[in-house]
Amino acid sequence: MHKKMKKALIIFFTLFFSINTYGQEKSLPNVEVKTLKGKTFNIKNLDNDGSPMVMSFWATWCKPCKKELNAIAEVYDDWQDETGVKLIAISIDDSRSMSKVAPYVNSSDWDYEIYLDQNSDLKRAMGVSTVPHTFLINGDGKIVWNHKGYIDGDEEKLFEEIQNLVSK
Amino acid sequence: MEMKKNYLKKYKILFQNNMKNKIFIFLFTFFVLNSYSQNSGQINGDFSLNLQSYVEDEAINAQAADEVVLNNAFLNLLYSNNNLTIGLRYESYLNALLDYDSEFRGNGIPYRFATYTIDGLEITAGNFYEQFGSGLIFRSYEEKGLGIDNAMDGIRLKYKLGKGINLKSFIGKSRTYFTYAEGIFRGADIELDVNETFNIENQTKYILGGSFISRYEERTNPIFEIPQNVAAYSGRLNILSGGWNYFGEYAYKINDPINSLQESEMNYASGNAFTNSLTYSQRGFGVTAEIHRTDNMLLLSERDRTGKAYIMNYIPTLSKPHAYTLLAIYPCATQAMGELGIQLDVFYKIKKGTLLGGKYGTKLNFNFSRINGLEGGNSMLNDNVDFTPKLFDFSEELYYSDINLEINKKVNKQLSYNAVFANQTYNKDFLEGKTPGEYGTINSTIAVIDLSYKIKKGHTIRFETQALFAKQLESASQEEEGDWLMGLVEYTISPNWFFAFQDMYNYGNENKDKRLHYSNINIGYLKGSTRFEIGYGKKREGIFCVGGVCKLVPSSNGLNLSITSSF
Repeated sequence: MHKKMKKALIIFFTLFFSINTYGQEKSLPNVEVKTLKGKTFNIKNLDNDGSPMVMSFWATWCKPCKKELNAIAEVYDDWQDETGVKLIAISIDDSRSMSKVAPYVNSSDWDYEIYLDQNSDLKRAMGVSTVPHTFLINGDGKIVWNHKGYIDGDEEKLFEEIQNLVSK
Repeated sequence: MEMKKNYLKKYKILFQNNMKNKIFIFLFTFFVLNSYSQNSGQINGDFSLNLQSYVEDEAINAQAADEVVLNNAFLNLLYSNNNLTIGLRYESYLNALLDYDSEFRGNGIPYRFATYTIDGLEITAGNFYEQFGSGLIFRSYEEKGLGIDNAMDGIRLKYKLGKGINLKSFIGKSRTYFTYAEGIFRGADIELDVNETFNIENQTKYILGGSFISRYEERTNPIFEIPQNVAAYSGRLNILSGGWNYFGEYAYKINDPINSLQESEMNYASGNAFTNSLTYSQRGFGVTAEIHRTDNMLLLSERDRTGKAYIMNYIPTLSKPHAYTLLAIYPCATQAMGELGIQLDVFYKIKKGTLLGGKYGTKLNFNFSRINGLEGGNSMLNDNVDFTPKLFDFSEELYYSDINLEINKKVNKQLSYNAVFANQTYNKDFLEGKTPGEYGTINSTIAVIDLSYKIKKGHTIRFETQALFAKQLESASQEEEGDWLMGLVEYTISPNWFFAFQDMYNYGNENKDKRLHYSNINIGYLKGSTRFEIGYGKKREGIFCVGGVCKLVPSSNGLNLSITSSF
């Protein structure tokens, strides 16, 4: 069992790295989430008219997530004016705290596009193990950068990445 | 030559040993290679390694591990190409960390699946996670921090039956550790978006849903006719209008007696539960009110089992999930066998430019929750007498209550703070299964002040000060731990580094020998989607956040190394 597994892993790693060396950009997965208005939405249909998008996984119980999204909220208008970027906030709150998402978002004055990923389908599909986890998506809908966790000031690095993308 | 022979022999045995996984690997390889030639598929996944050494520490009751170092690790691989997704997870417990059940042992690929979508039909073969409604009768999910993974193994179909009608159905067995529980589950769920289906252009939106599940488990009892097929069903309604949102779900399950030969142990009580939430929000303001009630509503994957690995439904507790350590020392757990809970949350942002709002505004969150037992006990207790507990009665024994206020404020460009004040009541005897009168009920008052100060671009220092003042509400045979203090200093350098030191001090313990310090030091390095963290010290269980990531951490004493990565 043990050795067999090792071998299987080696196969996967080899495959993974051989594919990865071709440096293909990843697309958004074919996974359904819900809007705050109860509508079903397939995440592969995310679109921002050719401008970049930031996708951030968060939860109402996650302090650093809220810190990140609150920090961005303060500069969001400037970011949008300069780069046309749109922020997509994916809440992974389950039925324990899902009903608090809309009140929290609205009371915080967030202008983000919010989706609910109640049983973590999208979280799994995008390889997110802990929140916050932030992805940068280019105008063609490809994931070009991602970052785990949030420490104060990380939003500046994120904005640099967005600017790099727009100026390309 | 000899070596080669041995190798071939080994290979042959390996192949026979695990035909199933092999086939999967071949399929996987095939699709990957296929995609490579077309250059259209993609692979992604994530990896996590958690190594922990355990040193014995009698004072805090921490155990040493015979193995010295324990390991939890997993690797997820997903391949997707248009409408096809194939995935697997390799898991390794050599041996599992002490907060995990010891049945997580060894290596394996306990999770593998293929999903294909065509003409509105989504087919999954293998493992899948699923939830019906809010989870009252069925939720298959994973929560790594808690060591929960009840993934299903079987077939699942999802179908869009015209506009606004979604059907889901499955058949399968649920995972317990590296094996599957006895019960075979069959389930179906329908969700109807009334406005979409009937083309109603209305400000008010109605969504209806209904679920049914059934568990088959062979009857081996020679005396009693216990049900082989145990059914549960639920109905739900969601109404959305402007800033309003109402959600309600009611669930019922038929009797599910244990397999006993003693008449006195046979219990034919049915179970039920409901949950309701009403929210309203507008710019700068939001409110959520919730009520739920459970009565004998534990759904297990095997009728005679106990323990979280066998629970198939999800009834979350009606209390705020706290992120600060001392606020989570006395956490509430749901009593699926019987409880009545209410919760109220108010979110308010004091406007910018006002006296209290300052330059950036001030955010407030008030939260109140109260959970108590059912009047006269649950249906299970009363199976032999003709009795149904009252629907609403808050006079019964208190299990848990929490009233708290959180204030979040950015003072200026450098300084911001978050403060929480709480008063919690915790029925320790009941919630921890102690003998009545052992500890009684604990009341605690907690204050948390969390200050962040930006020193220069990318450099931030953060101080957390927490205090908990506890008292036992009635005389009890055992002394509770008493008062706590906690301090944390964290220095972060964006985007790569964080350093943290924290100490928890049980200064108010009646027993002077137990006035102990729990100190921890953590250093982390983050680069893109990879994170390394090394920590040393003593820990208590709780949701623990440092450097921007949260997870549930067990009590321990020793060195910890964790690496997580996504690709």
